[in-house]
Amino acid sequence: MSEKTYKPGNYPDLPPPPGTVGVYGWIRQNLFSSISNSLLTIISVVLLYYLIDGIIGWFFLDAVFDADSKIACRKIDDGACWAVITRRVGQFVYGFYPEAERWRIDITFLTMFVAFAPLLYPDIPKRKWLLYFSLFYPFFAFVLIMGGYFGLQKIEYSLFGGFMLTVILGVCGIVCSLPLGILLALGRQSNLTVVRTLSVCFIEFMRGVPLITLLFVASSMLNYFLPPGTNFSILVRVIIMFTFFSAAYIAEVIRGGIQAIPKGQYEAADALGMNYWQKTRFITLPQALKISIPGIVNTFIGLYKDTTLVVVIGLLDPLGIGRAALADTKWNGLSTETYLFVALFFFVSCFAMSRYSLWLENKLNTDKK
Amino acid sequence: MTFFSNIWRNEKSREIIVQIIVLFFLGWFISWLVMNVNANFEALGKDISFEFLFIPAGYDINQYLIDYNNRDSHLRAGIVGLLNTGLVAFFGIILATVLGIALGIIRLSKNWLASKIAYWYVEFTRNVPILLHILLWHGIIINTLPHPRKAISLGEVTFLSNRGFYIPKPLTETGIELVYLFFVIAIIFSILFAKYCKRKQDLTGIQYPVFWINASVICFLPLIAFFISGMPVSLEIPALKGFNFRGGMHMSPELAALTFALGIYTAAFIAEIVRAGILAIDKGQREAAESIGLKPSKVMNLVILPQARRVIIPPLTSQYLNLTKNSSLAIAIGYMDLVATLGGISLNQTGREMETMLIVMLIYLSVSLSISALMNWYNSKVKLVGR
Repeated sequence: MSEKTYKPGNYPDLPPPPGTVGVYGWIRQNLFSSISNSLLTIISVVLLYYLIDGIIGWFFLDAVFDADSKIACRKIDDGACWAVITRRVGQFVYGFYPEAERWRIDITFLTMFVAFAPLLYPDIPKRKWLLYFSLFYPFFAFVLIMGGYFGLQKIEYSLFGGFMLTVILGVCGIVCSLPLGILLALGRQSNLTVVRTLSVCFIEFMRGVPLITLLFVASSMLNYFLPPGTNFSILVRVIIMFTFFSAAYIAEVIRGGIQAIPKGQYEAADALGMNYWQKTRFITLPQALKISIPGIVNTFIGLYKDTTLVVVIGLLDPLGIGRAALADTKWNGLSTETYLFVALFFFVSCFAMSRYSLWLENKLNTDKK
Repeated sequence: MTFFSNIWRNEKSREIIVQIIVLFFLGWFISWLVMNVNANFEALGKDISFEFLFIPAGYDINQYLIDYNNRDSHLRAGIVGLLNTGLVAFFGIILATVLGIALGIIRLSKNWLASKIAYWYVEFTRNVPILLHILLWHGIIINTLPHPRKAISLGEVTFLSNRGFYIPKPLTETGIELVYLFFVIAIIFSILFAKYCKRKQDLTGIQYPVFWINASVICFLPLIAFFISGMPVSLEIPALKGFNFRGGMHMSPELAALTFALGIYTAAFIAEIVRAGILAIDKGQREAAESIGLKPSKVMNLVILPQARRVIIPPLTSQYLNLTKNSSLAIAIGYMDLVATLGGISLNQTGREMETMLIVMLIYLSVSLSISALMNWYNSKVKLVGR
């Protein structure tokens, strides 16, 4: 063994101590760094084992995917009886929309992504042309879904249901409530006493009462406030209520954003001689909206989830379809399967929305990298 | 012409003109609504009156905290419903707070696995509508728990069945007053003791284990009294009689489902609030506290939590409010809360939509507004004094 000598400054780095690198090191640092930590890990592993074991068994291994009734399911195996879903999957997606016309919903749904793409992803190629399509899309979707023009069969509102209804209510509510929310937020910050008071009253009222009472108003009382003989669809009334409700929450989120803008920004804008609308358009809103993106998306997710409440006033959203299926004696008692299926749908769409908000937040985050 | 353009160019007068125009349109809109209501009510032969509140309600409520039967008035039915709303909100808030704080702390723990489990719990729970949670829990209790005769028994004293949960009911006997008395004495003692220790610490720097001494006094003093007075509390254990249980305390499937659903759902939001609140404290605060040699528990209790509390409490309160408002979904599973009694059956029986909904909305509104006023006061009290 010859001992090597190094010049000062040329000594090679020692390898890291064993137990701090590699898989073993990671496990030791993250799972077994102390006694209490090890205990927590063991408890978690046991919990996970039972959970995963139970879930896989019940969901997949012992589950029945097609049968004529609950009793037939139970004869085959004792896990989940997914037949209640598979036998009615059309209803869960389209409600009672006529089967021959369902392609119209499919096309509307698929083109929705094309229409939203330029709004959601600013870097998309050919954005300008796609934006024209986005502008045109609401009319396109309305004609295609409702029918009555261009030889398309007219479809009654009352046939709408399932996930399609959820998406219609959610998207309409979201699209309409953002502009109203911005206006309310500006109104609340306004110098004009009358405008400010009105905005505050509206916002506080909407935020103070449960949504379900507003839906009751929409379903049973709204007609009293309109000229005698007016009667418009319950769907539109519900969308109006959703819009008002979530606009009030969005207004509060945006107000937080407006208040977070440093005072110097306004002073600079005043110094440049901008008037109120220029200041709002070029200084206040771009910064306020950027700050409030997470809050706005959270409100949208809330609105989207709240569309399930329409089941209480008798619309057939996925929960309504599910309850109708459960009321059938063949499928009586399969509530867990039905509701978990609907829950999965909501989880996927809401989780996607919250991921998008995270992505956008990172993208727009210009000050600290 | 110049006169008008001068008025319009002057900021003050322009503001006044705009407000007058807004007021005018508002007045026009309100009178339009009132006219429509009048015309519609005349056509239907209806009027607005609150006399219906005092006529017998004529329907049963399966759960009441104050005495109620179907000969009582609609007003009393509404109060029973309001108390039921309060009951479920109370249980839900306790469950949500305990679970939420635990999850928020686990989410921040250094243990990778536990933190991931908490993360996925939060994501799964809060991305599913609350109504779905309620229906799911109700379905699980009704459809998968056994019939009372085969009820799941926990130590032969508590029973879980599809008709609800049966819990032993504590019955107090004479002599219980001594226990209460000792409890009050223990509380008074611990307040005085805490004050004494605080003063002692300020003067000399000596620290006493105040928390442990007080906790044991509050626990053991009533316990001693309990044994001295000959154990004056007995438990009424639910027993199966015929098709159902008798005795004990009964928690209906609806109340249980609603409590679980509201608690579990809101816990996910509370966990995020707690986590964000703790993360909002500047890293330097913790490092500074550690560098002056404070123990980890002291770092948490004396440095992190007092600052995090300011961030956590306002959104926490709004979650409590949300929970209370969400409890109105009870109507979907037939739990008789305020919306289901006054805004549901009373509305259908009397046909007075306007009046019942007005009362229901005003009650919720006054609760929310008073709590948010309280929060504004709290915020201004704890606000950091800045420039």
